[in-house]
Amino acid sequence: MKVKVLCRNPDDYVRETTRDIQRVPRNYDPTLHPFEVPREYTRALNATKLERVFAKPFVASLDGHRDGISCITKHAKSLSTIISGACDGEVKVWNLPRQECLRTVQAHEGFVRGICSRFCGTSFFTVGDDKTIKQWNWEAPGYGVREEPINTILGKAVFTGIDHHQREGTFVTCGQTVDIWDEQRSSPIRSFSWGVDSFSCVRYNPVETELLASCASDRSVVLYDTRESAPLRKVIMQLRSNTLCWNPMEAYYFTCANEDYNLYTYDIRHLDVPVTVHMDHVSAVLDVDYSPTGREFVSASFDKTIRIFPKDKGHSREVYHTKRMQHVICVRWSADNKYVLSGSDEMNIRLWKANASEKLGLLSAREKAATHYNKKLIEKFQHHPQVRRIARHRHLPGDILKQKRELREMREARRRKEQNVRKHSKPGSVPLLTEKEKHVVAVVE
Amino acid sequence: MQNENLVQISFFNQLMLVHPRKKQNERSEASVQVSEYFVNAEGTGDKVNLSDLLGTVEKTSGASNKTKKQLRNLQSSKETLELPLNKQQTEKIQRGIAYEKTTAEVSCWKNIILQNQKAEQMVFPLNQESSGPKRVEQVVAGWKVQTPLEQEIFRLLHGSRQPVNDPVLTPVEEQSLKAMSLEEAKIRRAELQKARALQSYYEAKAKREKKIKSKKYHKVQNKAKRKDFLKQFDEMVKTNPEGALEELKKMELSRMEERMSLKHQNSGKWAKSKAIMAKYDDSARKAMQEQLQMNKDLTQKMVVPSDDEHESIEEGLETVPDFVNDPETVIDPVNPWMRGQLTHEEPEVSCVTAEEVQTAEEENEEEEIIGEFERKRKLRQADEEDLIPTEEERKKIQEDVSEFNTLFRLMRSEKTREGSNQTRGGLNTAGEEDEEGLLSEGQIRVRSIEDLEVLDEVVEPRAIEEPSAPQTAAAEATSEPPHKKKREINLKEVLTKEAKAVRLPFLPTVVDEEERDEQISIIKEAFAGDDVISDFIKDKSRQEAAGRPAVVDLTLPGWGEWGGVGLKPPRWKRKRFRIKTAPPPPRQDQKLPDVIISEKRTASVASHQVSQLPFPFQNTAQFESSIRTPIGSTWNTQTVVKNMTKPKVVTKLGAIIEPMVKEDFIKSKTTSAGDLVFLSNCPEKINFIIFFCCKP
Repeated sequence: MKVKVLCRNPDDYVRETTRDIQRVPRNYDPTLHPFEVPREYTRALNATKLERVFAKPFVASLDGHRDGISCITKHAKSLSTIISGACDGEVKVWNLPRQECLRTVQAHEGFVRGICSRFCGTSFFTVGDDKTIKQWNWEAPGYGVREEPINTILGKAVFTGIDHHQREGTFVTCGQTVDIWDEQRSSPIRSFSWGVDSFSCVRYNPVETELLASCASDRSVVLYDTRESAPLRKVIMQLRSNTLCWNPMEAYYFTCANEDYNLYTYDIRHLDVPVTVHMDHVSAVLDVDYSPTGREFVSASFDKTIRIFPKDKGHSREVYHTKRMQHVICVRWSADNKYVLSGSDEMNIRLWKANASEKLGLLSAREKAATHYNKKLIEKFQHHPQVRRIARHRHLPGDILKQKRELREMREARRRKEQNVRKHSKPGSVPLLTEKEKHVVAVVE
Repeated sequence: MQNENLVQISFFNQLMLVHPRKKQNERSEASVQVSEYFVNAEGTGDKVNLSDLLGTVEKTSGASNKTKKQLRNLQSSKETLELPLNKQQTEKIQRGIAYEKTTAEVSCWKNIILQNQKAEQMVFPLNQESSGPKRVEQVVAGWKVQTPLEQEIFRLLHGSRQPVNDPVLTPVEEQSLKAMSLEEAKIRRAELQKARALQSYYEAKAKREKKIKSKKYHKVQNKAKRKDFLKQFDEMVKTNPEGALEELKKMELSRMEERMSLKHQNSGKWAKSKAIMAKYDDSARKAMQEQLQMNKDLTQKMVVPSDDEHESIEEGLETVPDFVNDPETVIDPVNPWMRGQLTHEEPEVSCVTAEEVQTAEEENEEEEIIGEFERKRKLRQADEEDLIPTEEERKKIQEDVSEFNTLFRLMRSEKTREGSNQTRGGLNTAGEEDEEGLLSEGQIRVRSIEDLEVLDEVVEPRAIEEPSAPQTAAAEATSEPPHKKKREINLKEVLTKEAKAVRLPFLPTVVDEEERDEQISIIKEAFAGDDVISDFIKDKSRQEAAGRPAVVDLTLPGWGEWGGVGLKPPRWKRKRFRIKTAPPPPRQDQKLPDVIISEKRTASVASHQVSQLPFPFQNTAQFESSIRTPIGSTWNTQTVVKNMTKPKVVTKLGAIIEPMVKEDFIKSKTTSAGDLVFLSNCPEKINFIIFFCCKP
């Protein structure tokens, strides 16, 4: 006699451990799950709302400086360490997770103009208003030992900026000229000058490590190659650029923060027109730094806000501000792409999340899946008016809002005027310029 | 050399031109030193010619032909050297060259950058090294050569393509590794294991089957085998006639054996006992008959059918098609597509390895499932639309139409109706407002979900305009007066068109004719009081009339004409001043007698609808399809959801993301080529290195 038995594989219905959720066999037949679009839309809307509700970007404030922060640098090898320089010549080393100052050095007389970390993370350089370049050890001296720089170089003029090579023992400073220094020597191994006597910022390209770019006071951005005897090319804009930053993942793009409230991303192969004009700030942009992934950058402005821009979008995706934060002078994006640091006039360094609504810390697999799904949903329904409206809403302080409106009106008036001029002049005599073309005055070879 | 000559000659020329030399008296007495400044040209006046100075070169045998030629050319040319450029210009040229060089160098990143921009997912940090202890060679890699001996050795090592740093293996070793990589070996082993397992499984099965004592089992088995064999034989006749002949012979032989033996005949022990039992037992009789039948079958001569016979058989078959006898496939009203699934062909198994087959099957399964769901979803959507009986064309068009499509159409039509009377400036500002990615910044601080709701009212104060309906009154006037007389509803009378049966996919609609009649009568009875259907028709015609554009009458009495009420203006005036607007697009319910589709924009839904085609999409269909596909785990399997929702950028927690390093991404071609040349030049050095390496 044959006995027929129903046989089931326990793997299909028994969970592996008691901490697992119960296995529920699912039937994916679409008739059993109708109204896909409306249901997903509701989920997307909820996800958007929750994203905004959980958007709490401010993490911590590091106070201790006795003057405005003038520069911040990350440690090359440690995520938890940063250095900041203040306008009274004080340099502080901070531990981020403990939110405390590890070490204070009176590095210069007057401003600390620039700090850069050596690529190996053993020492850092500072330049100040006292015409010196000082090299400091990352390690604090022992108890009772005075803070002394490893090396001090006395220059002829004030240095305004410094940056270190990505892999070699050379660094570059700017002031009256752009100088390239060897760490072992006390005089520059090369100086570049090109009809300007004042530079505000110089940066090494992190990918093409022999390339340099600097912002000069004659409203220009100058490119250099350390292997060549002369500078490469310069582009003159309508107003001065304060700082610039190279994209760490895309060798030929850099973004400069301009006095005219905008940021400009350039392709060094085509300097005559910027690739993108990033506008949203309502006052001069003072600093810019790329995220280590090269997808976004953060900018600090005189209008007391920080904004995060996608690298190829004309407008910011995020704006950070607090009541107490004054003019933001320097800003950096942390090397793990998670945080943004800002140093401002009122002596505080602030730590922000790069992604405002992100949950910090380790996520379980289910949490991760849920966040990914929610993100995708928001992306999928981003064009729907309700989702867009909620996702795009940001709170702004009243005065900035007012300035923004004012600016918009001014822009509109200018546009109208231009239109009228065009209307009443000979056809073709007033050319139609795009926003990108308007800001470049000349490219000098 | 040439340059020097050039300079000298030009110098000479200039001297000659500028200062016409005084005639010197030639001294005739011989001296040891003859000054070159007192050389005098004979016969040509005061100017010294180049040919005079260089004439001797022509005669000397040591000078090469090339130099002679160059000198001759120089004699004929009379240009002076150009002045060197000034500093600014030289620097400009230098800068230009340097810039070109740098741009060319930087451009090699183009492909990588484009690739990264297009990549679906980027994982940072880019080059993740495996954590754990490193090999000695890797640690040593950072070491720099210093002494000349070391340099010499390293040069040789590089020349022989012996790995010094990063690729720790020689090319040969790498190739051999590639030829037999770990993964391949694993796959191969897995295959072998599987093959072995299968073999043992089949062996075990065969053993088990052999042990089975059940006669019935074997009988069935044998029967199946025989059938199989016959089938094969039939095929063989078609494909391989010789083989078939041999088979036939074998069969003949077996038939003879069967005839000779007493098997399957009445003489056996079992047969005898059955014969006794047959009187009383029906089953025994049956068994007997079966046995005899078997004998008959086995001893019958095999007849190879000729072609015409075959045809006749086929004809016979054709008269009664196969599927007549097939059991009717029951279509599940809930799953009407089940039939399709049953006829779905099994994927053919080709001669691929077992492992591949398995993986492929896994993938196939998943894809199949997904595909099936997609199909089902479409079917269902089509079904939902088919609920509304329409013409064939409409059906075709509407097959892929979702709710969004209709909404879109509505919106577009409304837009066109609104016209383009908006001012340019207004449009521009609106565009600026709506630009992608622009944050809408305001003074409201969002703290809770309620705030988000409030946000709505503040930000969007403009109410959605309802299309005005001034013609409704007129429409009502034109519609028929309401029936006062009560009467029983006659469906045939009221509905001009035969209503098609509505198929509901969700519920089984198995209703008998009688039942239906009964139901109809019940409905009739229930609604005897109110005339629903005529009301409905009235309602519909009213709405249709409201949608129709009215004729705008602009006629006015002119000079010398009568004015007042009840006058009929002349024909030409009526023609000229009565403006007929273009008819609106046909109503969606135009051909559906028993449906009213409202084409009005509903405000409550409208705020959730997309009013413009978003940027990257070319047409509405694209956008709709992007929305229609669900990505949640409610509708998709786990892996699909995982794939669909994977983020664009993944970063590791607590890892420093370094900038790109050129050496990792852009291979320098020059070095490898140089190595090759070096290698081909010095084969004996390789031997030396081998010797060197072997030495402890």
